Amino acid sequence: MSTQAIPRHESPKVVFYNDPKIRSLFFQFILLAAVIALFWFAYDNTLANLKKRNIAQGFGFWNVEAGFDISQTLISYSAASTYGRAFLVGLLNTLLVSGLSIFFATVIGVIIGVLRLSKNWVVSRLAGFYIELFRNIPLLLVLYFWYGAVLSSLPEPRDSIAIPGDIWLNSRGLLVPRPVILDQFWLVGWSIVLALGVAVAITRYARRRQAETGRRLPAGWLSTLVMIGLPLIVYFAAGQPLGLDLPVKGRFNINGGLNLAPELVAMVVGLSTYTAAFIAEAVRAGVVAVSKGQTEAAHSLGLTDGQTLRLVIMPQALRVIVPPLNSEFLSLTKNSSLGVSIGYPDLVNVFTGTVLNQTGQAVEMVSVTMLVYLSFSLLTSAFMNWFNTRVALVER
Amino acid sequence: MTDAISPSGAFVRSTVIGEQRPPHRVSGPVLWIRENLFSSLLNSVLTLVFVASVLWVLPGLIRFMFITPVWVAESSKDCSADLLKHPVGACWGFVNAHLGYLFYGQYPAVERWRVDIFYALEALGLIWILAPKAPFKPAGLVFFFLIFPIAGFILLSGMTSIGLATVQTHYWGGFLVTIVISTVGIVASLPIGVLLALGRRSKMPISRLVCVIMIEFVRGVPLITVLFMANVMFPLFVPEGWRPDSLLRVLVGVGFFSAAYMAEAVRGGLQAIPRGQYEAAQALGLGYWQMMIKIILPQALKIVIPNIVNNFIGLFKDTTLVAIVGIFDFLRTIQASLSDPNWRSAEMPLAAYLFAAFIYFIFCYGMARYSLSMERRLQTGNRH
Repeated sequence: MSTQAIPRHESPKVVFYNDPKIRSLFFQFILLAAVIALFWFAYDNTLANLKKRNIAQGFGFWNVEAGFDISQTLISYSAASTYGRAFLVGLLNTLLVSGLSIFFATVIGVIIGVLRLSKNWVVSRLAGFYIELFRNIPLLLVLYFWYGAVLSSLPEPRDSIAIPGDIWLNSRGLLVPRPVILDQFWLVGWSIVLALGVAVAITRYARRRQAETGRRLPAGWLSTLVMIGLPLIVYFAAGQPLGLDLPVKGRFNINGGLNLAPELVAMVVGLSTYTAAFIAEAVRAGVVAVSKGQTEAAHSLGLTDGQTLRLVIMPQALRVIVPPLNSEFLSLTKNSSLGVSIGYPDLVNVFTGTVLNQTGQAVEMVSVTMLVYLSFSLLTSAFMNWFNTRVALVER
Repeated sequence: MTDAISPSGAFVRSTVIGEQRPPHRVSGPVLWIRENLFSSLLNSVLTLVFVASVLWVLPGLIRFMFITPVWVAESSKDCSADLLKHPVGACWGFVNAHLGYLFYGQYPAVERWRVDIFYALEALGLIWILAPKAPFKPAGLVFFFLIFPIAGFILLSGMTSIGLATVQTHYWGGFLVTIVISTVGIVASLPIGVLLALGRRSKMPISRLVCVIMIEFVRGVPLITVLFMANVMFPLFVPEGWRPDSLLRVLVGVGFFSAAYMAEAVRGGLQAIPRGQYEAAQALGLGYWQMMIKIILPQALKIVIPNIVNNFIGLFKDTTLVAIVGIFDFLRTIQASLSDPNWRSAEMPLAAYLFAAFIYFIFCYGMARYSLSMERRLQTGNRH
């Protein structure tokens, strides 16, 4: 059999403007040129506009005296402080309100999500009503509702509403006992760290022992005991170095305690009730995503209900729950910027509001604020990537 | 034959047992209540607590909203329990008195028919493109995304040559502005979002980079900062003579913001289309745009209709944020009416916010139901 040389395949002659490579280069060049032109256009106009309006540029403002007061400050701040300090105050206020709201939203959201899954018709319907209600009205309206309709109709300080646990509620906000840290408190702090270490060690040892001998230790109970017991012992041994400054009701006013401004209370209540609805949906979706066969398989292996939940259902549900939960936390943090609408001094309110109005340096203020939020979201997605690689299903 | 003991010693039944009555309570309301409400102690307690709290709240709420409210009022005095000497419920008179302002803003009263036509056109366009069985879908798309925006703009802002008096945008307000912003948001964001999604999926590194930066940047910052950017930075970016209208600035911001979210929704759809579809289109000799427009996008967009509608719900709720940069949307007009000295009272906000919640809820819940029904419909469509 004679072999015949296969003729060398030659690429058909294409006119240069039909060559995909050249086309792609051409279009990318056009796009790049357009983007650069757009930025140049904006930059050029901005320079001209700023010069015409006599607005300073650059970040020299950072060390200039701010000259305005902020209603809620976590660090020492006065009108004589710098804009940089004001920025820090705003940032801390944003973190404070986000942190508190994330905690409460998670607690409420998980409870509502579990109730939504209940086989009890009344309970699941009411939880569903809560979720639908909050998912379908704007957050701003929720904030206005708590701030303008509920908190503003609270009584004057002399008619304050008492809540068990030395807490008072009135039109000036919420008064709670203020912890006063005394000298020896560092001992308690270190004992908490120590207890944490011991608890981790116990858990590790229990796991290894089970892997080697098959015998189980009640590691959960032991570590809880250590975590609560050790700090308590140290606390009493050190002579109870934590005082409480209780709010005391006088004739017209309430003295002492820690006054949480109505803006902060409204923000925390509003953000947590609103976000809880979304968290509840995430929790429900996660638990539903674990198929029923898993529960049945675990039962047939002889695991108890508690073990089934802890060892089989939760690890699988969490894989589904954590990503949306995390993005809810991120959007809660971004939503805390709505504080500007009810006068809570968060980052946007302080920096993009007051500082911008005083200096007029719109470009710098808005960019810095955006950068802060951008870094939040970058951190979140970095965490998500780490989490996803950690919990990814190991398949053959 | 009678029942017998088998050789192995086991009992073997050889006669048929006659029909028996079903066990007590296998069906019916009593069983349902037992199984769903009182299956365990915890469940019973939960049921009782929840029913009790509903019974505790609901009668008061119904009385407040429907039995004792003040329907017509001239000022807050007409709603004051102290002046009327009897307890009163919600002051719906407040809503009644401001109805025109809440739905048209300060749009001149004689020209409000134009807003009505705008609302009607909007409703027509939405039903046309959203109803699954509506005829002439492509015409509907052209209408909603091309004809309606132009016609709506001419209708609302006026054109003297055809006898429509000019109405400046700062007279627009209330629900009209909410609808205008969310409509512009959706009309602008869909095409831009599709382009961004295609760019992000493209093989060209520069266009991919530009699109990724744009999408992730916008998604990483709160809408408020985008609005601030549109409001205070955008005027600096353009020559001084342009002086962009304040509503226009906000529209640009909202358009960008929702386009980034739309891009992610569309990208989800593009990723769900099997590779074979792309390859088949290329094998037929279609170019990139032909392939996208004729084969890929129609399928991809159809899959993500529920996500697009969910985005739209978010956008509709987010329009309230424009109030912070001084645009009078629906919620802002309610706030403004509340600060009217004639209507100032401590009880007024509750009624006003209940009304606002009712309006937002109707629209968002309606869209959510639609999205859900579409999801079900699409699921059955894909089942073989």
